[in-house]
Amino acid sequence: MAGRRVLITGVSRFLGLRLAKRLEQDDDVELVVGVDLEDPPLPIKKLEFVRVDIRNPLIARVLETTKVDTLIHTNIASTPGRLGGRSQMKENNVIGTMQLFAAAQRAERIQRVVMKSSTAVYGSGPREPSLLPEDHAARQVDLSGYGKDCAEAEQYARDFGRRRPDVDLVVLRTQNVVGPTVSTNMTGYLSLPVIPTSLGFDPRLQFLHEQDAVEALYTALKGDVGGIYNIAADGIVYLSQAIRQMGSIELPILAPAAHTAANLLRRFGVVDFPTDQLKLLLFGRVVSTRRAKEHLGFTPMFTTAETLQDFRDRRQHDTLPEPNLRPTWERELFEYLKQRNQQRQTV
Amino acid sequence: MADAEIIRLDSRTRAGRTGPSRAQARVRCRATTSTGRPCRNYATAGTGYCAVHARAQSAHPAQGSPAGQAPVHVGEAPSGPVAPSRQHPGVEEFVRRRLAGDYEVDDFGYDPELARQVLLPLAGPLYERYFRVKTLGVERIPNTGPALLVGNHSGTVAIDAVMVQYAVATEHPNERAIRNIGADLVYQLPFIGAMARKTGNAVATDEDAEELLRRGELVGVYPEGYKGVGKGWRERYKLQRFGRGGFMETALRSRVPIIPVAVVGAEEAFPMIANAKWLARILGFPYFPITPTFPLLGPLGLLPLPSKWLIEFGDPIPMDDYPDDAADDAMLVFDLADRVRDTIQQMLYRNLQKRKGAFF
Repeated sequence: MAGRRVLITGVSRFLGLRLAKRLEQDDDVELVVGVDLEDPPLPIKKLEFVRVDIRNPLIARVLETTKVDTLIHTNIASTPGRLGGRSQMKENNVIGTMQLFAAAQRAERIQRVVMKSSTAVYGSGPREPSLLPEDHAARQVDLSGYGKDCAEAEQYARDFGRRRPDVDLVVLRTQNVVGPTVSTNMTGYLSLPVIPTSLGFDPRLQFLHEQDAVEALYTALKGDVGGIYNIAADGIVYLSQAIRQMGSIELPILAPAAHTAANLLRRFGVVDFPTDQLKLLLFGRVVSTRRAKEHLGFTPMFTTAETLQDFRDRRQHDTLPEPNLRPTWERELFEYLKQRNQQRQTV
Repeated sequence: MADAEIIRLDSRTRAGRTGPSRAQARVRCRATTSTGRPCRNYATAGTGYCAVHARAQSAHPAQGSPAGQAPVHVGEAPSGPVAPSRQHPGVEEFVRRRLAGDYEVDDFGYDPELARQVLLPLAGPLYERYFRVKTLGVERIPNTGPALLVGNHSGTVAIDAVMVQYAVATEHPNERAIRNIGADLVYQLPFIGAMARKTGNAVATDEDAEELLRRGELVGVYPEGYKGVGKGWRERYKLQRFGRGGFMETALRSRVPIIPVAVVGAEEAFPMIANAKWLARILGFPYFPITPTFPLLGPLGLLPLPSKWLIEFGDPIPMDDYPDDAADDAMLVFDLADRVRDTIQQMLYRNLQKRKGAFF
């Protein structure tokens, strides 16, 4: 019997890359097609890399010619970062997803689709239930930025699911991914030596360990159930508690000033914490993971507290991890320095 | 009617102290204080007793038996090998752990250590000395397992909920924590919102109430909501409409008993003689109270009047005998909600008649 043929979007980003790496060892998988705009930073067996923008109708040709049966969509970015601005980010997230699903609808061979969304679709607010279940319709509908992108992308996924009832569609709403090697706005925020918080507010935070995030995608890929699932670690930490565990200093500032502070931090490139996610730092966001445990069969290895511990301990001690495991900015810096060196030698 | 099982203090089994166990780090102290009340301090790691009683215990060691709580009165002997030389040896360790973030909170944000050791004791003087709260029927609350406590809400600020919490946390044989579900307004406010979370409260939604009950917690609801706390002096002790019966649906769906709670005294603590509606609208509050002392005396007016309180817990009303789809039968839900409301109203009238005056 022929093995499965998997296409991963966003294969040069953290989760896509790790998932491709994970599939190396899986004998059921015959071929991994990776799609992204930049080359994957390390070689992966079985990987056939295609440099194509998912917004480009060419993606339909790729789906057709590679004869993939499984589509893994991990290409929804949480920060403008390298995409260059919020409007580009929205183009990539929403229009990209729209195009991708339009192409997938035509691809007859597709049997299973897994999309990585985010718990940001729930927003954050004082009225929300303490443990958000999947079918909760946010009372706070004023989503913006990343959360809105994810919600709209999910809408395209649902439309696709309706038009192709023969395909199993899985949407994973992942919590803030934290871990020793991943670089997200949450890890950047928690790495600050002095962490600005909002005076009088102490949000409950829930994380997802990077290994668990990859494992959840893998479980969704291998399983045979569809549906929407919250993916998060068990337990919570308070922001104040997390800051103490990190050994950092908390700097409470008045809520109206927080916006300005976040903008300043971003302008100086210290940490890219989007202002649309500031509400998270006021009210927090914790999701219920019962459905993922019972139906998807996914139980995370790390609790929120353990995730934070692992992040704190390994981030500090592994000063030089494998190049591919380094955070992006570090990798970019190294590459830049290498280039400079070569230039100097040639001169 | 399934009466709650009562376990008397003196019949409880003695706890195992054999061998230090880190897992017991968060357990409450097993001793009773000299006043006969269970000790509220948390046990230090491995001993099963708080720092004070650990010394007493090591002076009078007793045989261990497995699991559970076991306060038997212990003389507070002055010295022992466990105790460091300081006067309050637990404090240092407590502060160190808090500063390192080395404590656990549950999914709803309940921080038992902070609540029990720091925040709850702050309410102590108010409960014992100021309002001189008398509690009736606290043993009707089951020792374990879920129940829905339904109370009357009064007194302008929701201090009655705190007093009920304190009553059950100190006077119930198992010193259970009540997990109130509170209006979202609470969680919008700085400091108060965070405090409410840490003392074990959750948001007034079906999801929160049902999840807490599923986990076997005691959930406290005040279905009158703002209409209860924000009602005028003339309507004191008259129960307002019980919301839309959401608490009843929750109880039916979760099949947990309802325990009616009647609080007498809170109305006199903050008698609201008028409601400055226009000011409330400007500030975005559901009401703006004018009491004899507030805002006349400024912040001092926030001090409650020293009324004498009485909190009664009624017999549990079981929910097991209704059909599976009972929660969807709107008429049944309203009917049952009305009956609960009547029960609490009767308890209120009875206790009002019994008391000699509002302030003694």
